[in-house]
Amino acid sequence: MEKVFMKGNEAIAEAAIRAGCRFFAGYPITPQNEIPEYMSRRMPQPDVRGIYLQGESETASAAMLYGAGATGIRAMTSSSSCGIALMSEVIAWMAGACLPVVICNMARGGPGIGSIQPSQQDYFMATKASGNGGFRMLVFAPSTIQEAVDMMYRAFDLAQKYMNPVYILSDGFTGAMMEPVVLPEMRSEEFLAAERKKNEAWAATGRKGAARSHQIGAGQRPGFPRAPLEQKNKADWEMYESWKVNEVEYENYKIEDAELIITSYGVSARIARSAVDMLRKEGYKVGMIRPIKVHPFPEIAYEQLDYNKLRGILSVEMSIPPLFYYDVEAVVRKRTPIATCLRSGGEIIERSAIIEAAKKLYGDK
Amino acid sequence: MEKIYSRPIGLKKSINGYCPGCLHSAAGKLIMSVLEEFDLLERCTQVDGVGCSANNHTSMDVDSIGSPHGRPCAVASAVKRISPETVVYTYQGDGDLASIGLAETMMAANRGDNITVFFINNANYGMTGGQMAPTTLMDMKTSTTPYGRHAQEHGYPMHMCEVLNALTAPSYIARVTCIDAANVRKARAAVKEAFQHQLDGKGFSFVEFVSNCPTNWGLSPIESLKFIKEKMLPEYPLGEFRNR
Ligand SMILES: Cc1ncc(C[n+]2csc(CCOP(=O)(O)OP(=O)(O)O)c2C)c(N)n1
Repeated sequence: MEKVFMKGNEAIAEAAIRAGCRFFAGYPITPQNEIPEYMSRRMPQPDVRGIYLQGESETASAAMLYGAGATGIRAMTSSSSCGIALMSEVIAWMAGACLPVVICNMARGGPGIGSIQPSQQDYFMATKASGNGGFRMLVFAPSTIQEAVDMMYRAFDLAQKYMNPVYILSDGFTGAMMEPVVLPEMRSEEFLAAERKKNEAWAATGRKGAARSHQIGAGQRPGFPRAPLEQKNKADWEMYESWKVNEVEYENYKIEDAELIITSYGVSARIARSAVDMLRKEGYKVGMIRPIKVHPFPEIAYEQLDYNKLRGILSVEMSIPPLFYYDVEAVVRKRTPIATCLRSGGEIIERSAIIEAAKKLYGDK
Repeated sequence: MEKIYSRPIGLKKSINGYCPGCLHSAAGKLIMSVLEEFDLLERCTQVDGVGCSANNHTSMDVDSIGSPHGRPCAVASAVKRISPETVVYTYQGDGDLASIGLAETMMAANRGDNITVFFINNANYGMTGGQMAPTTLMDMKTSTTPYGRHAQEHGYPMHMCEVLNALTAPSYIARVTCIDAANVRKARAAVKEAFQHQLDGKGFSFVEFVSNCPTNWGLSPIESLKFIKEKMLPEYPLGEFRNR
């Protein structure tokens, strides 16, 4: 397959289109503006014939996405941090209504308006509480543009499979940089038409002779009669539990003989990987665990470690206070010391800082 | 014998959930009867706001989407653009449409999205216990204006038809009421006209129902109709504001 040189945001948008995304709504916010801009260009083109709609706010954009989800079309929105926060009520509605939509967060500094520079301060918002009511989503955390492209492509399939929103947690760094990527194949018209036809079993686009009228709403499973809310929530919980078996994704990098584990995700892990390589060159036995999805959290990766051999774990992320760190701490359960290497507010983590923190934790070779 | 009146088939034979005497159900019935007349029951999607409108899904037998509070116009705009063959309309209260959802209402209207909006103005937030709405009349007591609505503190009643009429894109704007048979006939004609605009692809159509809330107004159903006539209609004059 041919490699193309693309900016992260545009590659993500093109991957979504190729995955079959035919509806996009969004509101301008740096550092993700190239996604809606690209969508506004691409959607009307003859090989796509999709819909781009600029919302009057993130709330409205999310509501548009909710409406799109209710029609059974492949649909997404993107935003950044405080914009995603503004969507949170509707994200909860989409989870409550079991709609197969995709949400992409190109995160920036926070809290509040924070900064327009890349950051990883939305980890809790993405993995724990993207809205009210305790729902969960699959959360992808791409470390390169290629990974973001591949995840975007799969996100729509998984949203459809589980009838649940899927979340891409990326950052302004990945969105703004350029690198060579292989773009996936365009999903065929036939494939998309067949899926829409299938989704007509529950979509709210007019009854068209169906035995029952279709109702979409938070607390209501599409295509099923209304059940007590607790019953639905229990069924959703079962699905979240099944993800722990079927949807965990992580990468082990050079961990076989490692005495020190660096753990990190997303763009920080990309920098941490090169720190591992440098440390290895100097003779330090260092490896990395990198969650590819940050929800469900890959607890198994940390359970499989031989704690008798370990000098410690260095948790690396672009967030102060640390957030990802707490998921690591919860699974490691004090079996080895955990140190952190952090930046925040839009500052990029430096490889040298990771190396220094790793050496400190490692002690004598 | 010729049958001249029956329950619209779009209404289920269930209890509609509205309080006795509430004109929400009159508006709903008109919408269902017009959809039936136009043979649209099988190809329409209703988007319900949050509020008493949320009662609709138990009684209306059409495809429906329960929208987040205030967002029906955004939801409906998306559905209509994706599925232009579907007749898409919203059903919203005054808190939903004119307060929390004002931006969504104005922007869908300003984009000229080809949807129909039904607006139930009962001068308060009915569902949550009769709090002040943007449409609450001057001096009117509500559960959050216990001393009455006063201009200095709360500003003035908001006139959505007039506000929307300042925009270029909307194609149909009317205000109606269901307080008596003559007005019900006019209201039905407005609902028909609004749907016709959508069927003709003319863009945003809007029908405001000046309505009542016997429960939160503390009036009997009959008294509440008198209140509409004497107090609401002078503030909210009926009529067609735009039809093109
Ligand atoms: C985001 C959000 N805020 C507040 C509420 C609570 N709420 C439910 S119904 C309602 C009042 C709606 O009043 P209105 O739109 O006037 O409709 P009515 O009930 O009078 O028909 C409110 C505020 C909510 N459901 N969601």
